[in-house]
Amino acid sequence: MSGYAPHTEAEVASMLEFLGLSSLDDLFAVVPAALRLAGGLDLPDGVAEPDAFAYLDDLARANRPTGRHLVCFAGGGAYDHEVPPVTRALASRSEFVTSYTPYQPEVAQGVLQAVFEFQTLVARLTGMEVANASLYDGAAATVEAVNLGVAATGRSTVWVSRGLNPTWRQVLATFGSGTAHRLVDVPLVGGTTAWDGVRHEDGDPGVVVVAYPNYLGCLEDVAAARELCDRTGALLVVAFDPIAAGVLRSPGHWGADVVVGEGQALGMPLSFGGPYLGLFACGLSQVRRLPGRLVGETVDAEGRRAYVSTLRAREQDIRREKATSNVCTNQTLMAVTAAIQLGWLGTTGIAEVALRSARATRYCRDRLLALPGVEPLVTAAVLREFAVRLPLSAPVVIERLVDEGFLAGIALGDDYTPGTDDGLLVSVTERRTRTEIDAYVDAMAKAVR
Amino acid sequence: MADIGTDVIPEPAAGGRASSAPLLGRDSEPTLFELSQPGRRSWQLRTTAVPEVPLEDLVPDEHRRDGPPTLAEVSERDLVAHFTRLSHRQFSVDLGAYPLGSCTMKYNPKMCDAVAALPGLADVHPAAPASCTQGWLQLLVELEQQLCEITGMAAATLQPAAGAAGELTGLLLMRAWHDAHGGRRHKVVIPDSAHGTNPASVTLGGYDVVTVPSDARGCVDLAALKAVLDEDVAGIMLTNPNTLGLFEEDISAIAAAVHEVGGLLYYDGANLNAIVGVVRPGDMGFDIVHLNLHKTFATPHGGGGPGAGPVAVSERLVPYLPGPRPALITDGAGPRYGWTTTPESIGRVHSWHGNALVLARALAYLLVHGGDGLRKVAHLAVLNANWLRTRLSGTYDVPYDRPCMHECVLSASSLKKASGVKALDVAKRLLEEGFHSPTVYFPLIVDEALMLEPTETESLQTLEALATALESIAADALEPGGAERAAGAPHGTPVRRVDEARAARTLVPTFDARR
Repeated sequence: MSGYAPHTEAEVASMLEFLGLSSLDDLFAVVPAALRLAGGLDLPDGVAEPDAFAYLDDLARANRPTGRHLVCFAGGGAYDHEVPPVTRALASRSEFVTSYTPYQPEVAQGVLQAVFEFQTLVARLTGMEVANASLYDGAAATVEAVNLGVAATGRSTVWVSRGLNPTWRQVLATFGSGTAHRLVDVPLVGGTTAWDGVRHEDGDPGVVVVAYPNYLGCLEDVAAARELCDRTGALLVVAFDPIAAGVLRSPGHWGADVVVGEGQALGMPLSFGGPYLGLFACGLSQVRRLPGRLVGETVDAEGRRAYVSTLRAREQDIRREKATSNVCTNQTLMAVTAAIQLGWLGTTGIAEVALRSARATRYCRDRLLALPGVEPLVTAAVLREFAVRLPLSAPVVIERLVDEGFLAGIALGDDYTPGTDDGLLVSVTERRTRTEIDAYVDAMAKAVR
Repeated sequence: MADIGTDVIPEPAAGGRASSAPLLGRDSEPTLFELSQPGRRSWQLRTTAVPEVPLEDLVPDEHRRDGPPTLAEVSERDLVAHFTRLSHRQFSVDLGAYPLGSCTMKYNPKMCDAVAALPGLADVHPAAPASCTQGWLQLLVELEQQLCEITGMAAATLQPAAGAAGELTGLLLMRAWHDAHGGRRHKVVIPDSAHGTNPASVTLGGYDVVTVPSDARGCVDLAALKAVLDEDVAGIMLTNPNTLGLFEEDISAIAAAVHEVGGLLYYDGANLNAIVGVVRPGDMGFDIVHLNLHKTFATPHGGGGPGAGPVAVSERLVPYLPGPRPALITDGAGPRYGWTTTPESIGRVHSWHGNALVLARALAYLLVHGGDGLRKVAHLAVLNANWLRTRLSGTYDVPYDRPCMHECVLSASSLKKASGVKALDVAKRLLEEGFHSPTVYFPLIVDEALMLEPTETESLQTLEALATALESIAADALEPGGAERAAGAPHGTPVRRVDEARAARTLVPTFDARR
């Protein structure tokens, strides 16, 4: 067999002798014989590393990755932004990659300080006072924010804008069934949330969730959501986009109580959907309800600056069934990656990526809407993503454009185009050139003709 | 190259001990914000020739922020130096032994990282049509099949991003099952030795926690368990081997008792490394199993994640699994991979398909090991733990003195009485010796617990060095001034003992919150 254990046969024999055992099987004498696998696992025999690599490389080659041969116009929470070699190189340093949760801060200052910097960067981007050390993804962050809001207000009715990413809403529904939240779906009109479309008969909401920009790329009237919360005493959860935040007013500016987001755009490859990065920020008034880990600054025995996981009494390993959340392993390496990427982008870069993405989106949208039969799906202002109606089925168009070398976008579900499948969500990042956009529009013209 | 005489056989030296060199950095590292100089930059973006429309024409006034968010402004050279210096202040498996109990910090093969970096895996958009993702779908289906064989289950979801997410998913599956078979139940039983995620997940699953005590042998007290079982118990969550590193020998009787009242058995896979390839949760009577791929299957833990926590279930629970699930579709159109969802599914538990690149690493690890190799993993992990337990049993208390599985729980209780040196002090002293500390003060039912999990990838020489270090720490504790020396530990680490109380009392969660 292949493997990574260092033991020689002689060493195994000497260790067994030390234990007074005659075989490795004797180590499992406590396991009832009837339960032990008689013939071993029915799995293929182990193979050498190069052979396993070659097999998986063949599987990888059976995919169509984005790139020059499949130019990416799909987003929906997973974006093709620049990930420079410097981010990849630093984020793959094995000290970050192969360490555990920083339970011994004296030998974990590297990860702890990087996470402290990440928390600071997320707080600045969101305009909030405190950010945690990460959650699994945007959906998980939303679930945790709703749990915090319900705990804080004592009201389990949650109004969720349909502008929130539909898969996040599905995850919210799954986990909300355990906590018995009452989720109320708030429809969009013209691309933004129609809060007055909800009937109040079931009482006021405890939590209100809105996305900024929303799934269709539209800029929501967050002030209206804030007013609704002020009127009803609900907590406002804003799902923000860390790249759009380079040019948009921050959720903190609009009065968000909790901010969540998907951090994939901050240095993570598309990765078939994971590992990504759940962003979570709030005000200090809610910090004792914060889910997951939080790093704080302190000093060591000699008075030198040091970092440590803090307010640990909130967490599951101490608080058990009364914990604010069950999260233990989070996405720390992705948080470190985001800190590196935000360091690389810096103050000017984050604004530049947002600006360039918005320009490319505008150019692409104007050209697509000039095609016969392609209509805008919504009227509200958009920033870096937009939705259109095609003259035929979006999944069919997507397949046709794959043949032309483009990932055309994401087909919109029934939520957004009831009874039809002609809605397409298109995302254009700063990496798309004018030549690529022109070729995409030409291919689209052919596909919908 | 000089010829090395074969008659000179060096003494085997300890691997797995961090030398002091990589842990330089006695000076504090400034933050990114202190390194920042307005006007510096690292970023370089693609030249696109897209028309340069002014920002004012792109973003309506009411939405446009007054200026960019202040992040940091550093050169690429400074960025690299900063994060490289931070990495030098960080212990890791690649640097030395990490016997952190319950965490299975084994060596993470580099080949698996190389697989995860393949553009054909890393650059695939998760919403791409199935025609573009046949390789990924096949990979996921094959991983699911291997995990089912390893656990003795019928099918699995790969969506949960970590063990705790898997637990909550499993509890919602339990709930969906009962709702469809006789109605809602309200209680879930957990042993007092359980991981903290278990009771936290139970609460989020909408259940009340019922705790059962451990007996004198460290296992579930069967009589106490039977006393709490009734028709309102949805199930029990167990780790086997349990968090004391002991195999629950009565598992078949436990399973029978729980099934007798219509309850389900949930297997917390945190300790699967002990028994992989030797005995399967399904054969023990479990109905739902989560696996921690970042433990048993060596995907790197990343300083606290990403992990992956697939959940495998027995036949009767398959319809309730989260969807969409990858599957081989064989209808009229010819075999191909695609996505399926059952009407009974509890729904999605992840934004996309789970931590896909972690899943790819795990399959790489499984392919290299095969069934035989996995059993060898369990054998050697258990061998290492028992060697440590036996070697150290004269130095530290062994509260449950019988053969352990992949980890052993010692106690510094007697040492503390004799010298004043606590488990925490032992942990800090061990850092000085170039090893990571064991898990301390867990499980909660052991006083001054020191929980050691060496894993199968540490050599005999490393175990000897680790044991010698722990012995000399205990011996020194009993010398005059021992307690003071231990309380002053660690020396020689990037920082000395950290003031955790101050961090909580005067919360500074961001650079901007500093005075």
